[in-house]
Amino acid sequence: MLAFTSLLAGLVFGIGLMISGMANPAKVLGFLDLSGRWDPSLALVMGGAVAVSAVAFSIARRRNASLLGAALKLPTARQIDRRLVIGSTLFGIGWGIAGFCPGPALVALGMGEAKAVVFVVAMLAGMGLFELVEWKKQSPALRTR
Amino acid sequence: MMIDWTAFTPWPALAGGALIGLAAALFLLLNGRIAGISGVLGGLLKPVKGDIAWRAAFVLGLVGAPLVYGLFQRLPVPQIDADYAALIAAGLLVGVGTRYGSGCTSGHGVCGLARLSPRSLVATACFMAAGFATVFVIRHLFKI
Repeated sequence: MLAFTSLLAGLVFGIGLMISGMANPAKVLGFLDLSGRWDPSLALVMGGAVAVSAVAFSIARRRNASLLGAALKLPTARQIDRRLVIGSTLFGIGWGIAGFCPGPALVALGMGEAKAVVFVVAMLAGMGLFELVEWKKQSPALRTR
Repeated sequence: MMIDWTAFTPWPALAGGALIGLAAALFLLLNGRIAGISGVLGGLLKPVKGDIAWRAAFVLGLVGAPLVYGLFQRLPVPQIDADYAALIAAGLLVGVGTRYGSGCTSGHGVCGLARLSPRSLVATACFMAAGFATVFVIRHLFKI
């Protein structure tokens, strides 16, 4: 059941990305180009998404489990540290270069765009690289795989 | 700054945004999870038993969205101007950055802001500022 609702959420998310224009890198870059001819549309995408999901978060706060009885896994990290700032900045640079962030890239992959395939493979390689470095940082005793 | 009114699409932006919010809401209320794409995807690279199916299903939903959308509507055609070298560099930066910073536009930008997380507010400010700066450098400083 959780896999089915997950699939449904992914589908709705992807359709939202397509309708909003987020799945089109040229549109995203038009939003990021403040000093050129600026297209403010994506501010409304973010605004609309935050407004709707905020309702769900306020409901979730008053519950102990999801409607299907799954554990509510809300992030517990609070610290604003170097990792957060540097990681988010690196992500922003990549976002500004190609106009792709992870969700839209997966949607464009589903459209069969060759360039999206290249981006997604590079993105997965970057994520894999991160996992590898994190694993190497661990003491050998903690290396479980 | 000059607003490009011809490119401005407020209604599809709001409607699409509301759908994204609805998806995040469904995911939270049904599955109890944050709809952060980089986190869902990243978890598949370091698989934990019993934690794979929902992640794979969510990714499948995203990748399959054009297929479903195409049954009812003409598919929008994405315009991807970056060349292959730029796409590889961008992909690597997005991959490393989203994992190191624990989130992307969905996890920090949508869900984090919706639950008023100061951490996500800082992350969102960082990637937005970096995105604005990068496009400025590429388009206006180097005029690529």
